[in-house]
Amino acid sequence: MLKASDPSGLTARPHFLALDGIRKTYPGVIALADFSMRVAPGEVIGLVGENGAGKSTLMKILGGITAPDQGAITVDGVPHDRLTVGSSMRAGIAFVHQELNLFDNLDVAANVFLGREPLRGGPLRLVDRAALRAACEPYLKQVGANFSADAPVASLSLAQQQMVEIAKALSMQARLVILDEPTSSLPVAETDRLLSVIAALKAQGISVIFISHRLHEIERAADRVLAMRDGALVGALDRDEIGHDAMVKLMIGRALKAREALAPAREPGAVALSARGVSTPAYPGCRVDLDLCKGEILGLAGLVGSGRTELARVLFGIDRRLGGSVALDGKPLALSAANDAVANGIFLVPEDRKATGILLDLPIAQNISLPDLPRHARRYLVSPRSEAETAEAQKKNLAIKAPSVATLTGTLSGGNQQKVVLAKWLAMKPKVMILDEPTRGIDIGAKAEIYALMRGLADAGVAVLMISSDMEEVIGVSDRIAVMHEGSISGYLDRDDFSQENVLLLAIGKPAGKESAGAAVPVA
Amino acid sequence: MSKKDLGLLILILVVGVVVAAINPRFLLPINLANTSNLIGLFGILSIGQAFVIITGGIELSVGSLVALFGVLFIDLIATRGMAWPVALPLIIVLGGVVGLVHGWLIAKLKLQPFVVTLCGLLIYRGVARFYTKDGTAGFAFGQNFPSLEFLTAGRFHGVPNSFIALIVIAAVMWIVLHRSVFGRYLYAIGKNEEAAKYSGIHTDRIVIAAYVICGVLTALSAIYFAMYTRSISPASHGQFYELYAIAAAVLGGFSLRGGEGSLVGAVLGTVLLQELQNLVNLLGIPSSLNFAVMGGVILLGVMIDQQWSAFRAQRLVAEAARQSQ
Repeated sequence: MLKASDPSGLTARPHFLALDGIRKTYPGVIALADFSMRVAPGEVIGLVGENGAGKSTLMKILGGITAPDQGAITVDGVPHDRLTVGSSMRAGIAFVHQELNLFDNLDVAANVFLGREPLRGGPLRLVDRAALRAACEPYLKQVGANFSADAPVASLSLAQQQMVEIAKALSMQARLVILDEPTSSLPVAETDRLLSVIAALKAQGISVIFISHRLHEIERAADRVLAMRDGALVGALDRDEIGHDAMVKLMIGRALKAREALAPAREPGAVALSARGVSTPAYPGCRVDLDLCKGEILGLAGLVGSGRTELARVLFGIDRRLGGSVALDGKPLALSAANDAVANGIFLVPEDRKATGILLDLPIAQNISLPDLPRHARRYLVSPRSEAETAEAQKKNLAIKAPSVATLTGTLSGGNQQKVVLAKWLAMKPKVMILDEPTRGIDIGAKAEIYALMRGLADAGVAVLMISSDMEEVIGVSDRIAVMHEGSISGYLDRDDFSQENVLLLAIGKPAGKESAGAAVPVA
Repeated sequence: MSKKDLGLLILILVVGVVVAAINPRFLLPINLANTSNLIGLFGILSIGQAFVIITGGIELSVGSLVALFGVLFIDLIATRGMAWPVALPLIIVLGGVVGLVHGWLIAKLKLQPFVVTLCGLLIYRGVARFYTKDGTAGFAFGQNFPSLEFLTAGRFHGVPNSFIALIVIAAVMWIVLHRSVFGRYLYAIGKNEEAAKYSGIHTDRIVIAAYVICGVLTALSAIYFAMYTRSISPASHGQFYELYAIAAAVLGGFSLRGGEGSLVGAVLGTVLLQELQNLVNLLGIPSSLNFAVMGGVILLGVMIDQQWSAFRAQRLVAEAARQSQ
């Protein structure tokens, strides 16, 4: 077998992977229709498309999870009718999924060689820990890791954990690494690291398929972009044609202004929510002052771990604040539990939708009624009719795509699940709406709907606080931006000072370029 | 009634018909009355347990509490001369207090339910034995409490009053679990406690309330058991009753992960368990095999249930595929 780094692979075999006329149908849907693609060794392919465009099906076929109905797969010159999980792995195809499959109670080397540990002879089959570590080091070096093989995975950042996954792929002699939404949870600095790992793979002749909703990262990384829509390849862009607008146009079939939801900045209303000297359990030493006005969308930017989510949890009463005060319309709030926030019209759309936002095993209607159940009850007994009516209204209002409000929420797509989370709060007249990464893992169409919804809330006088790590989103949607750095707010930006550079500078604790930006900024 | 409950009911009837065919004594009024009395006693325990299991918890101290509360109750009315209308609510309040403590330890101090109630199992058994100095608590010769005995061990038109009590409690608790706001919260917490908390529910209070309900029903059941056996040796009285209650809930379709199960299921699970016990007696199976029969049937039941759901899921997919063609 050719070594991945063998330069002759480039000339001897023009394509590592060739798909021809792949077709796959599921009950009621054509997931892939005559899909063809080529991947050359050392080529970085950016694969874009809205959710439901057929990317996941394609990945399942490449990973050997499902078989195509028809079409030919050629890997490394060898034709296959279909791939199995085993044959895909043996052919050198490796996956790094959005949700990492690492064991964080083990160290790096143990994860990389899980199930393939070098053994010290003898009947006990003990793991040779020294050999394990030694075997792991070269792969870590290959991905440019700055951590050692015996570091516990729990201590690594998300980007570092992705490197472990990639090292694992390399250790299995991968020649094509498929990265599925690798950056959707990464802050900017970490994303850069990942992109440089991709460049390193490319230099070694390893092909990469990079799937992402974050188009400017694709723009930076890809040699070629393939766009999918409705299960078909709708276009390809070569290196010099790759650009944000071109990709969006291909994906949705028309040009879409990235800032469609943006309305001209208006004068914000009176202060709705004001926090004074609030400190959170994550940063007990820091004090946050924050004013959130009626009718504005305040974007809360910052690196992952800068304390934004923790601040949101305190403002929503999930975590007890360690100090300071919070007032709504000038009235101080205890916020000793989420119940207190909900009763006062402060609602949170949490970051982790599946773990905290909704109950996947409950029907849509029961999710929507949950926070407001007493209102749907007479003498403590729930009225399913009242629940269904409210849910129907919200389903229509938010265009939730589901057969009925009795559908289990877990069967919906990510975007529609997020709409259910929004629906339960919209049914209750919000005063303050806190949204933590509201569009993570959601396709472009649904994103635009959620932006429009936030704008609609603000227009109706609701104070909206949007936490986001997506720079385009923060700049495109916010009326005002607050940036957090290590537990404190490092500065505010008004519309005129919006720029990626200013947000980034504040996020790493440096003053922004314009003088109007934020007050006391610690110099790093 | 869900399909699962219906399946269980059919199973109960089929087993009943088979046992009756082999040994017609199964249908004698005296046998049916005895069995339904036991169903009443154990059923009340199972309902209490069900409320805890629905939250994803477990209550292991039930058997020891049956012994402790039984000893206390008999001691209060037989030797200390307390009027039973005072002693009965006192014991029930005590049950609620024990539930409150368990719930508080679990919800507020975040201790694991298994650990808390396992300690309870040991503690209450020990206290019960110490209280009677390991003696047997019972009534003096000729001592009786006609109205209490009628309410607990008596019969109304041939139906044991304990069974009637179960039906009443089950009806009330069915409404609480399946129709009330509180019941909905219980299911929500069982399915995903974090998400429930993020919906503004006081999850701690709801969980504590579940343990209080379990404690109250356990105390009530303990009084029924005490009046049924009339003499209690605290070293063995009520032993393994928590397991009967858990087994009944599991047979009735409850998941120990929480969030799944119906009240009808818990009651039917109890019925099936008692029917099996009766079957062992009536079919001349050595009574030493009692537990083995019970364990075997539960295992079989859970396996069939699992396979059946997998089969149904497959059939749904196949059907969807056929329709689309």
